[in-house]
Amino acid sequence: MLDFLKPPIQTFQDFVLVSSRALGNVFRRPHYNSDIFQQMDIIGVGSLPITSMVGWFSGIVMALQMSRALTTYGAESRVGEIVSITLVRELGPVLTALLVAGRNASGMASELGSMKVTEQIDAMRALGTDPSQKLVTPRLIASATMLPLLTIIADCIGMIGGYFVASTQLGLTSSEYWTSAWQVLEYNDLAQGLIKPFAFAIIIALVGCFYGIRTSGGTQGVGRATTNAVVWSSLWIIVINTLITQVFVNF
Amino acid sequence: MGTDSSIVRFEDVSLHFGDTPALDHVSFEMGAGETRVVFGAAGSGKTMLLKVAVGLQKPDSGRVFLFGQDITHLSEERLFDLRARVGILFQEGALFDSLTIADNVAYPLENQRILQTVGAGSEQRSIEERVVETLRFVELEQTLDKFPSELSGGMRRRVGIARAVVTQPELELYDSPTAGLDPITAHTIISLILKERDTRNTATIIVTHRYQDGQLMANFRYNPNSGEIEAAPRGSEETVDTKFLIMQAGRLVFEGTEPEFLACTDEYVRKFARPGAS
Repeated sequence: MLDFLKPPIQTFQDFVLVSSRALGNVFRRPHYNSDIFQQMDIIGVGSLPITSMVGWFSGIVMALQMSRALTTYGAESRVGEIVSITLVRELGPVLTALLVAGRNASGMASELGSMKVTEQIDAMRALGTDPSQKLVTPRLIASATMLPLLTIIADCIGMIGGYFVASTQLGLTSSEYWTSAWQVLEYNDLAQGLIKPFAFAIIIALVGCFYGIRTSGGTQGVGRATTNAVVWSSLWIIVINTLITQVFVNF
Repeated sequence: MGTDSSIVRFEDVSLHFGDTPALDHVSFEMGAGETRVVFGAAGSGKTMLLKVAVGLQKPDSGRVFLFGQDITHLSEERLFDLRARVGILFQEGALFDSLTIADNVAYPLENQRILQTVGAGSEQRSIEERVVETLRFVELEQTLDKFPSELSGGMRRRVGIARAVVTQPELELYDSPTAGLDPITAHTIISLILKERDTRNTATIIVTHRYQDGQLMANFRYNPNSGEIEAAPRGSEETVDTKFLIMQAGRLVFEGTEPEFLACTDEYVRKFARPGAS
């Protein structure tokens, strides 16, 4: 009667096994440092232009939207505070993670999926390499390092975007904007602004690699794996974001 | 059945994917220096036989021995040491796309650190020398810096052989090494496999669709003096030590020498015992 539950439970069980092995490998030798740096370059440097642009336009849009509402109350000088808080707490981490999920979780799933269907992963095992250690763990470490950095950069560029609107359209001075934007931030905001991208990075790497290494069914299978990787990593980012926000709101 | 001196031994091995049997109560054994030629229709379990033999796939039941050790339930980490003694050529070569040809061939050496007794600097030099030497063996030493995508199908298959033999393993497994190749390239590939087998007396399992491949493996040998492939004298070691295995729907339906294979009256087996069979 409950047979329909078997496939998702089986998938979740496989995901837990793959994830625990990959996480355990972070503390186990050998470490493939050149693969880690290569992935840092792909995930971090490769995603920098697009995340910078998204940060910039998010800051502009936030400032524009808020300026209208704040002007009603004569409080337009506080636009820096709102841009700063929304970017650091929510928009920066979530938008950057969603972009990196679209760009890198799909890349990981398609690359590993292609390796799977062309027997390269079997060849790796046959040659004495743990595919989890060689393929998943470097992507996990690289994502967990680079996504928080990308988020910080996106936040900063977003605040500059907000300043651009504040100075050109609201007539705020540099010190008015930056003082309010900086002073409003508390340790709680900075903590969730860094914990969120760290958690999202783990989701992106594990979900992307998981769907990649369990690919079957040739090129069609690679396409399915890529789609699943983007859909599920994006969905989990939203869910985990809600949970982390709930925790920080309560403390 | 079997002795500790066997290289590979299957004892009543079965493996299913859903309701479909990939291997169905398969038992066979091969010793050092012996050759097995595996024939069978597509989906009959030939590739799975090779994967189970080195622990890439676990059987549902039965026991598998590799170099005398029961690997049926051996952990992946412990299998790595045994697999270091095995060379495998996968169906399409399975070369790593992101690595150059030199790096592909060097991969098992660097990975298994078989030269770890040598100092770091000279170790790297030794690896490079071995890579060039092995690529020369397959007549592709000019492709060192190329990527797999820049090579033809036959060349990729030869690089796959180079990667499989570079560690000088005791057992070689070849999965359809001539599939999809023209007759001249296919002959070159089988000649290289014979050369590797006869130079170091390596135990060899070759999965193939072509009767000609099996016939060459059974009746020809590499002459190191002339550097040519030549017919083995009747009753010589090469002909005796080569057996044919025929797979049908996961079952091993025939095992025997070439004369037994050619004399077999079973209709399915006879399909593979004539030139051009597939």
